[in-house]
Amino acid sequence: MNIFRRTIPLIIAFCLGIVMIFRYYVPHQSAEDLLTKYGEWVRIIGGFSIVLGLYSLFFTHYTKIKRGMPGWGYSIFVFIGFAVMVFLGLIKEFETFLSIISGKLIDVTSPFGSWEKSLTGTSYDWIYQYIFNACGATMFSILAFYIASAAYRTFRIRSVEATILLLAAVIIMIARVPIGGLISHWIPDLADWIMEVPNLAAKRGVLLGMCLGSISTALRIIFGIERGYLGGGE
Amino acid sequence: MTPEKNNKTIDTILLIIFVAFLLGINIFLFSGKYLHFDTQGVGIVVAAFLTLAMYSFLYKDNPLFKIAEHIFVGIGMGMGVVLTWLQVIKPLLYKPLIRHAIFDNTPGTPDYILIVPMILGIFMFARLYGKTSWLSRWSFAFIVGGGAGIGIPVIINSLILKQLEPSLQPIFVDWVVTWQSINILLILVGTISVLIYFFFSLPHKGTIGGISRIGIWFLMISFGATFGYTVMGRMSLIIQRIQFLLTDWLHIIK
Repeated sequence: MNIFRRTIPLIIAFCLGIVMIFRYYVPHQSAEDLLTKYGEWVRIIGGFSIVLGLYSLFFTHYTKIKRGMPGWGYSIFVFIGFAVMVFLGLIKEFETFLSIISGKLIDVTSPFGSWEKSLTGTSYDWIYQYIFNACGATMFSILAFYIASAAYRTFRIRSVEATILLLAAVIIMIARVPIGGLISHWIPDLADWIMEVPNLAAKRGVLLGMCLGSISTALRIIFGIERGYLGGGE
Repeated sequence: MTPEKNNKTIDTILLIIFVAFLLGINIFLFSGKYLHFDTQGVGIVVAAFLTLAMYSFLYKDNPLFKIAEHIFVGIGMGMGVVLTWLQVIKPLLYKPLIRHAIFDNTPGTPDYILIVPMILGIFMFARLYGKTSWLSRWSFAFIVGGGAGIGIPVIINSLILKQLEPSLQPIFVDWVVTWQSINILLILVGTISVLIYFFFSLPHKGTIGGISRIGIWFLMISFGATFGYTVMGRMSLIIQRIQFLLTDWLHIIK
């Protein structure tokens, strides 16, 4: 059984890894098609994996409701939000589901159309615009307050490094608002220089290190040295 | 009355005042024809309520925030499911394969090769059952192995070589030192010193220690710049939300 549990996954990773590396150096349409097909297959497998996320979320909140844990009432809103969104999003798909249930293909010739075309101006779109967007933007904007608090704590550490970080942050922040240019034209110029020279140098160094690390990890995966993705157990 | 009970009473009073305030303002806005009782008007009211409910977290964790947060999570998940069906499963699997299996009169020929990703996708569910969870390894191996293979040449070509090329420009042209020469030299020094800072095979002492310290300074400038941009990004989000509240909802700013 070990061959199915460990060896076959390692063979799949090895073969696919090697094929995909060599595919890059083959200047032929079939190599491009292979990449496109692989991308589609990964999207299909990823599509199935959303069920795992759904299960995890529902299990957590269902358990909270079932056991009457503190704040269980809020979990109901997760189910309501989910149900409403799925219902409104897939309301146009009833034709498809009806076909599946009845076992008879209804309106086979109708083009499914692009997603934007079919959902713009619908209730789904309304929820996206007035609920999802509003909540998302507000939640991210709240972070500004916590970033300010974190910055205060960071800048309290009196060291050369903290001072450099503070100066760079202040210059960038002032330069990116109109008052920066009004104080002196040097401030936006200095901010541009920071972005284009020292920031670029550091980013390039980090990126090169990251790339070398990624390549070594990818090679370790292909050759079966890195097996973390297999998970624990036998 | 215990301090805890006292706090709870204050919170309840604040909650009631907040809801009453929202109710009053919205009645005024609708009756004063500032907002129309249509999908847009109601949408603005709902968005304003959720925005304020989210901001109420700045006072403390409270029921309004929790309701908004849980609705957001539920809707986000629902959106994920809808998008997965409409953009992935339906066009890539249902239409070319499953539809043919269910209905006899489907035009075209089924793409049987899609049974492979479908089975690999179904194997993902095996993760939920202890005894069969190893089946999901096949799916993960397919994604991780292929991804690793695709990544290696792309990283070498698009990132490493493309990043190295501008780092190795000539510093002097005709032995004339310009502002550009100094910048190129600084970028080169910065890149090398940052790489040395992340090189842990040698102890950071003496010359290596000195160079890695310069690397830290470059990193600090970069972190500072990133921090500054992040703060400004979040600030622009706050401004956008406040603009929404004052312009679209309250009509204070025209």
